[in-house]
Amino acid sequence: MWPLRTVLGAGVLALGLAAGFAAAQDAEFRIVIKDHKFVPAEVTVPAGKKIKLVVENQDATAEEFESYELNREKVVPAKGQITVFVGPLAPGRYPFFGDFHMDTARGVLIAK
Amino acid sequence: MLAIAILVFREVLEAALVVTVVFAATRGVPGRGRWIGGGIAAGVLGAVTVAMSAGLIADAAQGMGQELFNALVLFAAVVMIAWHAIWMATHGRTLTLQMKELGSAVLVGRRPLTALLIVVALAVLREGSEVVLFLFAQVAGGSEWWDIAGGIALGVSGGCATGLALYFGLLRIPIRHFFTATNWLLLLLAAGMASQAARFLVQADLLPSLGPRLWDTSMLLSDRSLLGQTLHALIGYDARPAGIQVLFYVVTGALIAIGMRRWGRTRRRSHGAH
Repeated sequence: MWPLRTVLGAGVLALGLAAGFAAAQDAEFRIVIKDHKFVPAEVTVPAGKKIKLVVENQDATAEEFESYELNREKVVPAKGQITVFVGPLAPGRYPFFGDFHMDTARGVLIAK
Repeated sequence: MLAIAILVFREVLEAALVVTVVFAATRGVPGRGRWIGGGIAAGVLGAVTVAMSAGLIADAAQGMGQELFNALVLFAAVVMIAWHAIWMATHGRTLTLQMKELGSAVLVGRRPLTALLIVVALAVLREGSEVVLFLFAQVAGGSEWWDIAGGIALGVSGGCATGLALYFGLLRIPIRHFFTATNWLLLLLAAGMASQAARFLVQADLLPSLGPRLWDTSMLLSDRSLLGQTLHALIGYDARPAGIQVLFYVVTGALIAIGMRRWGRTRRRSHGAH
């Protein structure tokens, strides 16, 4: 039976850690979606820190903010805004795109 | 049309693979087609409802409604799969015997199909709502109707064809190993879903990442490739998982495996005593 208790213990520990982490304040960066493009298309953020990304959609249609490199995806409703937490990132380039308009909606997060 | 087809295909593929595993796991159950069909229909209705409420969901829970909703849907599916897999571990032996005696996949008694119907409905709901939102955007963006219709047709048939290919592949497994195999597939499916749920909770900053990128195997197998996406849907492959995703994956898999062994053994022992 001990493995069950161990894994449950790990779960409880993880949840406890979560409560502590959620309280922290994180640097905030804004990106706007306009005419199915990201503005700015290049965002420089500090490496090694958790980042709060706010994506505002000024278009009349929904978009999906997605990035394989950041391992994130989130729908941004029409005329709405969303928040996505990423990192702490290693220095480098992290492309992201709008899944619903992949030909135009492209951008990159640069961690320095 | 191709861009539409590709997005539709990606989403349909994920749902189709889940449906395929469920379809295989319910082999031999009379009327399973109706149950699974019902699950798909409920999922499509749910997808449209979710897409229509996208704004509401996004604004809920201080802007973290989407993550909570997705995590909840995934965890619900995990619980349903776990229940079924453990049930099968206790009854699978008898089932296999009956199927061997009867020589084919015919009536082998009742099985709890409700759990798997819910799994199918939730998978279709999750992937379908993205397709519906995307199609709304296409219509509003002035795409021609034949482009949209053609894209849907191509994408849906491509996704379903991949699911069917997997199904016929699974049918080649000898019957004495069949339910063991589908049970392991269900276990990995559930573990993968738990890992995805954890990722949503990290994205919402409700769970610590325990290392935002534990490893990176995207050079070996990209998440964008067909194989990468197939394995993502089936066994939760993630080229760049966060530490907590791996923890959720392992814990979920271990709990289900323990459940299957524990109840599987009890059942066998009580059988011997009779």
